[in-house]
Amino acid sequence: MTASNGNGSTSIIRMSEIRKVYDTGKVKVEALKGVDLNVNKGEMVAIVGPSGSGKSTLMNLLGCLDTATSGTYELGGENVAGVTRDQLAEIRNRRVGFVFQNFNLLPHISAAENVELPLLFGGFSPKDRRERAKELLTRVGLGDRLEHKPTELSGGQMQRVAIARSLAMNPDIVLADEPTGNLDSSSGTDIMSIFTELWKSGRTLVIITHDPALARRANRIIEVRDGRITSDHAGDGG
Amino acid sequence: MKNDLHVIFSLFKSASQLQKKRAYLTIAAIAWGTVAILLLLAFGEGLKRQLDKNRRAMGENIAVMWPGETTKPYKGMPPGRAIRPRADDIELVRARMPELQSAHAELTSWRTALSYGPKTVNARVIGTNHSYGESRKHYPQAGGRWLTPIDEEKRRRVIFLGDELAKDVFGEEAPVGKTVLLNNAPYTVIGVMQKKIQMGTYGGPDKDHAVIPISTFKAQFGRDRVNVLVIQVKEPEEMAGAIKRFHQTLGPKFGYDPTDDRAFGTWDTVKGAEVNRKVSTGIQIFLGIVGALTLIIGGVGVANIMYAVVKERTREIGVKMALGAKTRWIIVPFVLEGLVYTFTGGAVGIVIATLIVAATGFVDIESNKVLSFLGRPTLSPAIGVVTSAILGIIGLLAGYFPARRASRIDPAATLRYE
Repeated sequence: MTASNGNGSTSIIRMSEIRKVYDTGKVKVEALKGVDLNVNKGEMVAIVGPSGSGKSTLMNLLGCLDTATSGTYELGGENVAGVTRDQLAEIRNRRVGFVFQNFNLLPHISAAENVELPLLFGGFSPKDRRERAKELLTRVGLGDRLEHKPTELSGGQMQRVAIARSLAMNPDIVLADEPTGNLDSSSGTDIMSIFTELWKSGRTLVIITHDPALARRANRIIEVRDGRITSDHAGDGG
Repeated sequence: MKNDLHVIFSLFKSASQLQKKRAYLTIAAIAWGTVAILLLLAFGEGLKRQLDKNRRAMGENIAVMWPGETTKPYKGMPPGRAIRPRADDIELVRARMPELQSAHAELTSWRTALSYGPKTVNARVIGTNHSYGESRKHYPQAGGRWLTPIDEEKRRRVIFLGDELAKDVFGEEAPVGKTVLLNNAPYTVIGVMQKKIQMGTYGGPDKDHAVIPISTFKAQFGRDRVNVLVIQVKEPEEMAGAIKRFHQTLGPKFGYDPTDDRAFGTWDTVKGAEVNRKVSTGIQIFLGIVGALTLIIGGVGVANIMYAVVKERTREIGVKMALGAKTRWIIVPFVLEGLVYTFTGGAVGIVIATLIVAATGFVDIESNKVLSFLGRPTLSPAIGVVTSAILGIIGLLAGYFPARRASRIDPAATLRYE
């Protein structure tokens, strides 16, 4: 199931020679031009880079929202190339937890129901779902907001619901896309602290960010530029 | 599979609470379409039944045979000879063709003076056998009777009046038992025909004529050359054979070739009935198509609202996909939603249409000349099946196409959009 790298750590993400070409009919845009990336279990990786650098594309591929044009990608030891849409959905459900800049909570259902959604897709019973949602929301400090709709929560609270949701299926990686981009600085700091705690408790995190403060907290900072990884170095966290 | 149903139902439940106002409008559109198709089909069914009833008012499974002229030479005799059967020849037909339901001869006296007190009316008088009453549906109103074999045998001067003729002669007075003068000979009125809407006639509508026993007619008018012979079969499919045997029976007697179909002019009402049925089925199909088109407009409304829903929930669908929803978990709740709108509207429409059709039951159609031809709107099981099938197809299509669009949403594109 899992592959080991030279250091004896378990590799969660193994990307090699990944290329992604967007064919718009008239022009072909090569967003990724051969990316090799290894992320080990328990790492907190920040991916930084200017807009148009290809980091969003990389994020989509890492999160199995899209598939590469060529190259191989193993997520938690499972080959992600050439699977059907539904199989891809299942991989996302089990292996990836998403945290987005704009939270992407469903507005008409409660915080708890939002957290339950991945569990619903994962086939858990209503009772198990409810318990797990309660436990996770309590862990992010929202144990008293279970029945609140997203519109009744602040930005920071919404992002905490989203983090709880990302953890629902106990995924291999948590993938966060500019998680502090829509937050004021104090909420942003709260969220960063939660990510740091998650990392310390052994989670693997990949965070795409413009925020130098957040990037510094990672143990590894990867810079993407023009479809290639141009720099891969340790952050303050490491 | 069980998990599938659970997931789909959970998603459907949480989505269906949105869109209330638009849902009501859409349901109203479907209800309207359903009412339209049901009423049109009910109207068509009523028309069909009424036409059938009116057609049968002249008599069922009968063929009217007018003596004509031969067109083929036969046993040394040239064509062009008139066939002139007499009243008693009907006995030969009856004796040779026991399979017939009935057979009768008719003698006609046109524009005959019929007087009651100071009033005189010129009317058509028919002399015929008593079996005419049943096969030509001359049913007496309460208090009267039809001719009997004894009337014929004893050459009684009794007369049976069409309902309009009775009104012309007697006005508001009750005719039964009164004496009228027919060419100055006194006749006792024994009955008046029940009102009927009659589609086909020969000579004129039954309501305007008077009927007397054939034997009395012979004595009164001194002639017994028949105007028509009428045969009635038990089942419609026997008619063609019966007409053939009729010619085989009378051909040798009157010296004409039994294959000479001009020796008697023939009106086969069984054939006519078939044509009528086809015409009224055609009318019904036309009305059904008009109704279905109205219903399809409602279906377009459902599809429209579902497209709007898909568009509005694009981000939501993208989120669900990112969290691991499979394609069918996205599609089926949408299709269900479309079906629910369609069937709710359909149910409302069925109730409204049924109430309207039931309400027409209180309208007196018999006394209105137009309505008595159009008949009463009638809902039949077949109409229910057709309408439900159309509703089901529309509901499925209206939900499916928007749902297919939903399933093609690219989660990566929707999630980042601000």
